[in-house]
Amino acid sequence: MPSKRIINISGRIWKFGDNIDTDIIMPVKYLSLSSIGEMSQYAFEPLIPDFHTKIQPGDILVGGENWGCGSSREQAAAVLKILQIGAVIAKSFARIFYRNAFTNGLCLIGQPGLVDSVKDGDKICIDLINSTIQIDNQSTTYNFSPLSSMMYDLLNAGGLIPYMQKVNSPNR
Amino acid sequence: MGYTITEKLFSRVSGRPNVISGDIITFTPDWSMANDATAHISIDLYRSEYGKECVKLPERSVLIIDHNVPADSPSTAWVHKKMRNFAIEQGMLLYDAKGICHQIMIENHVAAGQIIVGCDSHSCTYGAIGAFGGGIGCTDIVYLWKTGELWWYVPESICIELIGGVKEPVTARDVILAIIGQLGPDAAIGRVMEFTGVGVHNMSIPERIVLCNMAVEGGAVCGIVEPDEKVISFLPGRPHQFFKSDADARYYSSYSINLNGLDPMIACPHSMENIVPVSRVEGLSINQAFIGSCNNGRIEDLRAAAKVLKGNKVKKAVRLVISPASINIYRQALQEGLIDIFLEAGAQVLNPSCSTCWGGCTGLVGDGERLISTGTRNFKGRSGSHKSEIYLASAITTAVSAIEGVITCPVKE
Amino acid sequence: MGNTITEKIIALKSEQKKVNPGEFHQIKVDRVMIHDLFGPFVIQQFRKMGFKKVWDPTRVVFIFDHLVPANTIEAARHFQEIFNFADKMNISNVFEAEGICHQIMPEKGFVYPGDVIMGTDSHTCTYGAFGSFSTGIGYTEMAAILGTGEIWVKVPETILFKLSGKLPSGVDAKDIILKIIGDIGTDGATYKTMEFCGDGIAGLTMSERMTICNMAVEAGAKNGIIPVDKTTSSYYYQYSLSTDKYLTISSDDDDAVCHSTYEYDLSKLEPMVSCPHTVGNVKPVSKVSGYKIHQAFLGSCTNGRLEDLRIAASIIRGRRINPQVRFIVTPASRKIYREAIREGLVQILIDSGAIVTHPGCGLCAGNGGIIGDGERMISSNNRNYIGRMGSKDSEVFLGSPATVAASALTGYIVDPREFIR
Repeated sequence: MPSKRIINISGRIWKFGDNIDTDIIMPVKYLSLSSIGEMSQYAFEPLIPDFHTKIQPGDILVGGENWGCGSSREQAAAVLKILQIGAVIAKSFARIFYRNAFTNGLCLIGQPGLVDSVKDGDKICIDLINSTIQIDNQSTTYNFSPLSSMMYDLLNAGGLIPYMQKVNSPNR
Repeated sequence: MGYTITEKLFSRVSGRPNVISGDIITFTPDWSMANDATAHISIDLYRSEYGKECVKLPERSVLIIDHNVPADSPSTAWVHKKMRNFAIEQGMLLYDAKGICHQIMIENHVAAGQIIVGCDSHSCTYGAIGAFGGGIGCTDIVYLWKTGELWWYVPESICIELIGGVKEPVTARDVILAIIGQLGPDAAIGRVMEFTGVGVHNMSIPERIVLCNMAVEGGAVCGIVEPDEKVISFLPGRPHQFFKSDADARYYSSYSINLNGLDPMIACPHSMENIVPVSRVEGLSINQAFIGSCNNGRIEDLRAAAKVLKGNKVKKAVRLVISPASINIYRQALQEGLIDIFLEAGAQVLNPSCSTCWGGCTGLVGDGERLISTGTRNFKGRSGSHKSEIYLASAITTAVSAIEGVITCPVKE
Repeated sequence: MGNTITEKIIALKSEQKKVNPGEFHQIKVDRVMIHDLFGPFVIQQFRKMGFKKVWDPTRVVFIFDHLVPANTIEAARHFQEIFNFADKMNISNVFEAEGICHQIMPEKGFVYPGDVIMGTDSHTCTYGAFGSFSTGIGYTEMAAILGTGEIWVKVPETILFKLSGKLPSGVDAKDIILKIIGDIGTDGATYKTMEFCGDGIAGLTMSERMTICNMAVEAGAKNGIIPVDKTTSSYYYQYSLSTDKYLTISSDDDDAVCHSTYEYDLSKLEPMVSCPHTVGNVKPVSKVSGYKIHQAFLGSCTNGRLEDLRIAASIIRGRRINPQVRFIVTPASRKIYREAIREGLVQILIDSGAIVTHPGCGLCAGNGGIIGDGERMISSNNRNYIGRMGSKDSEVFLGSPATVAASALTGYIVDPREFIR
């Protein structure tokens, strides 16, 4: 099904702590704005005001345990995609956020050891084929459990929408 | 030469005989009131000018949290906190989420013969008790807090004689809309609307409150009614002092309005210039209906609405929002079974607050929506989106319209 | 070797004989719930995916609760878009201002044992109290279900919580689930099922069971579930519905393979409080008693039911709320509000100085009752995240309705057992 396969994701690190909840990623008061684009201006507002002006496309967020805990609000994953975040690496992810991320074509990597040995601004490269992560100026290679095929398919499709569009396409 | 009731009230508080309109006097109001729409600005100003210095007459200074209740954002929460702290520090009276300021003032403080100033334009309401109520700015009140005094330009009065009367389903609300409609929104600018005649003397105090409350929408500084024994039975035990206009008092102008056969009235968007009989705009679809506010959120209004709503359902996709004007009214409505009637009909019953009429906190309307409301104003954007329309009508017209889903006249031909 | 309840439901709905944890399966969905906050996003994604028709309009429920009463101008647009879509798709189940989705779903008869129910809200896991497999999903996945009636799931492992004994007076279901989350952590059940069983559970009402399953997601669980028993049956019996064919036995009794098992003796529990700023920061109330509070909130899909209002009213009756405290009460549904009026509970609350607001998510969704800098609140809802219900510099403690009510009286966090009469 996938036309092109994503092999590598690389970018610059933003480091976060444990339990980055959905109210931090996307505060409830902005959820009724009319577009994800508008909402993205308020991503991480309780923690890093004006986050959207500080990041570069491709930046990679690195966090601790239970990233994305809380609400089912898909906006929390969708704003990260709109802000062109390359991937999120965390020790662990909350369930609904995990689904929502891949639904939006955002790659999540569960890796317990890495967060404690990186800092903001480090350059990082994720190899999805070999399930390894390399950090500039570090000799260590970090391994992670390979993405399940369901996740990898969603990622390569660009999310559930293009995935379903193909299903619904008249030329199918 | 005679004096108006207003001139006599200012004469009393200034301790000077023969005060006439046009005089500028300095006086100590009986009460001052500030609410959470602007009190924080006043408190900041007070603190920056006077630091921890004491307010002169804290026992006459009232702070009321009513506009954004419960707090809808960290910034309004912060305003409320500032008011609570200031009230405690200064020994001022604080009413926290107990109801709309003008209702609270009347329930607890206002007496005939008094002058009350408030940082809210609808302070003109207190004239219904035979007192003078006037709106002031948030800097004025800082000066008042500090010195206990305020200057005032004694206003002229216009005399509005009401002849005859109205019968349900036409109410005092329709009367004041008709008056403003007839006089125009600027006929009374800077003046007092003094309501006289059998039409007003036959009215209950709550009905007079409805009249006086909207005087400001006709440009007036205050609406006032000569007090009578109804005031005493409505507010027993208060230090009432009755003042009456002399037969030869001077008025800027006089009007005579016949209430007999008055139609239910409605103010169409976006100003008080567009007041017409409800029948003229019947059939316009609505998205929301609101019953409440300092004008029409009293027990009498709720009873009238409940009578209409009982056994009926609010139209699908129409929101009927009801907010009793105070916690006492809410309690009364609860005991009379009105709240349950509203809930059964499908209404949203909000805690007492300014709600939809203030348009800053809850019960808001969106782009392209039409609201029928018992609130005080139909200005553009007053209850939410500036792309919405507000029609002002009585509680009865509003309730009937909520059931029908379109603006509906409660009087059928 | 048996299967867990959740495995059995997934097997049934994916037309497999047996499913095992870790497997991916496409399952049929019995009912979906979409609330006002995310409705327009579901609709937008549904269109983008190219669907023209909803798979089964009778299985779709829209509920307005997060934006009611409307506190933003944008709310009206959400209502309109949902109404338009529902009309076009022949969806008749649209509930305006009736109450919180998770209360309305069972109240209006949309939740049955053995059903698969998906909702655009993380607390959709509440319906596990009725023996259904229910969980929260995002709006895009919801759009896909609307089109196909199906969703993929990864079969979760089950953690078994065997509860025994009877709760002491002044301790309730909220304390049970807080205690458990405190023990296993906010990610202690990530992607797993939390199944609650034992005679301790059998002794709990449906309302109490809902409180427990509601907070399963706060431990990261995919779903919470409770075996169908006599209490469940009698709940349905009052609506003249039979649950006979759904009577399930617990995974424990069925000798199913579970990830792990925890045992709790309810008679030994004490009131618990979740401290800022994560639900997992749970302590016995005695550890934080005396902390001054500025506000108390009773409401939400966790603890806004009639039983909760009764507990609060019984503590508050004839007493006054501390004058320095705002006590906000939001019944979870219109039905509950009306019953509370009929039972005189609203009168008791109002007389004590409380504010009663219209049913809805209210403060728990960031509506009326936001607290300011340096303020502290005790609340009966399910989350105490930083900034969720107040400024960044405010603190929220989560407790039972009894703890909330007793603290509102004293003005500081207090053990409610002293106030039980």
